[in-house]
Amino acid sequence: MEVAFYIAGAVAVVSTALMLTRLHIVHALLYLIVSLLGVAVVFYLLGASFVAALEIIVYAGAIMVLFVFVVMMLNLGAPAAELEKHWLTPGIWVGPLVLATILIIEVLYLVRGSTASLDAAGIVTPKQVGIALFGPYLIGVELASMLLLAGVVGAYHLGYRKVEKREVQHGADTHERRASAGGDLVLAGADRSARTP
Amino acid sequence: MIRLLWLIPVLPFASALILSLIGSRLSKRLAAVIGVGSIGLSAVVTILVAIGFLAAPPAGNSYTQLLWTWIDVAGFRPKIGLYLDSLSLVMLLVITFVAFLIHVYSAEFMIEDDGYARFFAYMNLFVASMLTLLLADNLLLLYLGWEGVGLCSYLLIGFWYRDPANGRAARKAFILTRVGDTALSIGLYLLFTHLGTLDIQSLMQRASAQWPAGSSYAVVAAFLLLGGAIGKSAQLPLQVWLPDAMAGPTPVSALLHAATMVTAGVYLIARTHVLFSLAPSAQLAVAVVGACTLLLAGFSALTQHDIKRILAYSTISQIGYMFLALGVGAWQAAMFHFVTHAFFKALLFLGAGVIINALDDEHSIFRMGGLRKELPITFWTFLIAGCSLAGLPFLTAGFFSKDLIIWDSWSAPQGHALLWAAAITGALLTSLYTFRMIFRVFFGPIGIPVTKRPGYRMTIPLVVLGILSVVGGYLMGPLLEFLHSALPSTIEAHTGALTEIRSEAIAGLIFLIGLYFSYLFYVQKRNWADALVAKPLGRSLHQWWFADWGFDWIYDKVFVQPFIWASEINKNDFVDAFYIGVGWLTQWLYKQLSSTETGRVRWYAAGMAAGSVLFLAMVLFK
Amino acid sequence: MFSLGLTGLLVRRNLIFVLMSLEVMLNAAGLAFVVAGARWHQADGQVMFLFILAMAAAEVCVGLALVLEIYHRFKSLDVDELSEMRG
Repeated sequence: MEVAFYIAGAVAVVSTALMLTRLHIVHALLYLIVSLLGVAVVFYLLGASFVAALEIIVYAGAIMVLFVFVVMMLNLGAPAAELEKHWLTPGIWVGPLVLATILIIEVLYLVRGSTASLDAAGIVTPKQVGIALFGPYLIGVELASMLLLAGVVGAYHLGYRKVEKREVQHGADTHERRASAGGDLVLAGADRSARTP
Repeated sequence: MIRLLWLIPVLPFASALILSLIGSRLSKRLAAVIGVGSIGLSAVVTILVAIGFLAAPPAGNSYTQLLWTWIDVAGFRPKIGLYLDSLSLVMLLVITFVAFLIHVYSAEFMIEDDGYARFFAYMNLFVASMLTLLLADNLLLLYLGWEGVGLCSYLLIGFWYRDPANGRAARKAFILTRVGDTALSIGLYLLFTHLGTLDIQSLMQRASAQWPAGSSYAVVAAFLLLGGAIGKSAQLPLQVWLPDAMAGPTPVSALLHAATMVTAGVYLIARTHVLFSLAPSAQLAVAVVGACTLLLAGFSALTQHDIKRILAYSTISQIGYMFLALGVGAWQAAMFHFVTHAFFKALLFLGAGVIINALDDEHSIFRMGGLRKELPITFWTFLIAGCSLAGLPFLTAGFFSKDLIIWDSWSAPQGHALLWAAAITGALLTSLYTFRMIFRVFFGPIGIPVTKRPGYRMTIPLVVLGILSVVGGYLMGPLLEFLHSALPSTIEAHTGALTEIRSEAIAGLIFLIGLYFSYLFYVQKRNWADALVAKPLGRSLHQWWFADWGFDWIYDKVFVQPFIWASEINKNDFVDAFYIGVGWLTQWLYKQLSSTETGRVRWYAAGMAAGSVLFLAMVLFK
Repeated sequence: MFSLGLTGLLVRRNLIFVLMSLEVMLNAAGLAFVVAGARWHQADGQVMFLFILAMAAAEVCVGLALVLEIYHRFKSLDVDELSEMRG
């Protein structure tokens, strides 16, 4: 049991490290997905099967897929990789690594006191989680749903304007000014009447 | 009736307040009614108070009305209290009445001015401060009135503020009187520290009880008070501001710089006469200052051509007479001369104002002439006042008062032959310059034609003051008797070769000599005066006396230039460097801090990470 | 994991990488929660992870929409380009 834990943990850490150093963005994404899967395995081994499933479905399944979609839309090809190579000089790693190392040391120092083996961990069933969610954490659930709603509306709003701009991109001068009015049709109208001969 | 005493200063105060707050929105007529009316009411109340005082004299011949306690700190309790005795009553009557006449005069004189309401506000504030000064029962309240009249003098001299020369004259007056005020305030500190009170009556009692005659405290305190009086009354060596103060409107010159403010110093010394009696050297200094000033100003007046400046020097000279009288211990004579001087000097100034107005703002007597027939009322009143000033025997008030002083400068306990000689010479000079002025302005061919004639509001005060200049002399007996309750009377200590009659005869003779010589030089043979001045000695004397014996030049070289030089050098002094350094440091810190705002996300994230690392470290390893 | 994510955040200049490093960090935090919940045999750890997940999802939504917007405006995904608020 413990071996599986260490292997899964190593996979997660190594693939995260690899993700950081990739030049091509899609490679990095794939490595990230692998890391998430490793973490899911760790969850399962800890007895939190519900969360393991959730990790795979939501995190690796939805969020990463979203990332992939956006990367595809942006169409970053070889030039981007060149740029990345240009940016990732060895010297640039020093400062952050120092900070991160200090952080790790501190956290290890914090946890050095407590020792608990994996077997001591019991299984927390989905049923328990469900009861907790409907009981003490009910408000949290409602808030989370509102948060998601806000996220959806925000994304929709941001995306909507962008679409309109792209449509009138190839217009004349007046069209561009109208677009730059920020979707305010009243102002745009006034502007147009002032400019058109 | 006596209880109305508080109304006397309060009425002008209220009027000044009203006029300064809403005066610009009132019509000129209403502003004049308020401004003049308040002084008129004050005069009426003064008369009522006088009737009450005379009909039923209060105990000890003095009446104190306490209004409230001003300050109450650590045993220092000056009050706002009004003290009425014969001295302050006499001054009150004269000042309210003369001020009323001058206000009526200026209602017409200043009619074309835009700052009409402002003028009356300042004038009323001045009268209120002066009355406070006179009625004060403690030296601190007196000092308040003292400062108030100084302020109003500044405001009124620089009334036509758009001309920078007027502002300079006003500042000069203020700064010079400030020198005197500083001496006065140090004197107040001294008196309070050693005698524990500033209430005048108890001050005098304690001084005579605790300090022996000639004690150094008394001498120093008396000298300091004298310093204050010198500043305010424009005596040597602080007399240079008064001639320049003629830049203000003529009613201002008449009220402040002839009848009222410049006599504040005389009042101060008269009030604290006990202190001066305890310090004979200070009293001698008063007499010497008075004598020197009256001579100096007399010579200067002889050379001036601006009519107002002649009158200014004449004022300095006459107040020198009052100081001389105070110095030899002739307290009542000094006050009597104050009364008569107020009448005829105010009249002279008002008459000069009429002339200046009529000749379209012409000030030089050498361009005037022949106004005898053009402005008859002015001529006759001016002539009466001039004779009063010069001392026409028996017919004018000035004769009685000035001769009393001349006689007392010989016969009083501190009198001296030299002082008498100075006084007589001064009388000669007075006669000379007065008639020089009169002959030049009113006789001879017409210089500049008359364009404006005065209305009734300007001539009636002239006539009233003219009558008083004649009649006032006959008040001498009762007045001196009345003042006896407040001021000790002068005893004739030594007579020697001179008796009073002989002294008066000599004075009368001097008057006639002066009259004759003026007639000679300025009516008959006009070129003699020019011939005298053309000679080298004559010319240098003339220039020296014209420039006020060089005092302005001395002050400029000794005080003004070094001060300007020092402030030029000290422009960027080290104290400034400290403050500039603070500003520079702040700017440097700002630059450093703003360079941390790079706008880059990674930088901020690094900052957060470093911060959390530090925080954790602090928590873990404390 | 958290430190790795932090390092990645500080090093990479591509905006997408920054967001991915953020995800890594969130994941690491959630892992810590779950472990704690398992240690004490309580469901709270998993509940917290659920909330973190929801939050990460919303954040990714809005973040990626913004990324598209930024790309359209600045024509590059360099984080250092987006420094107009410097002072």
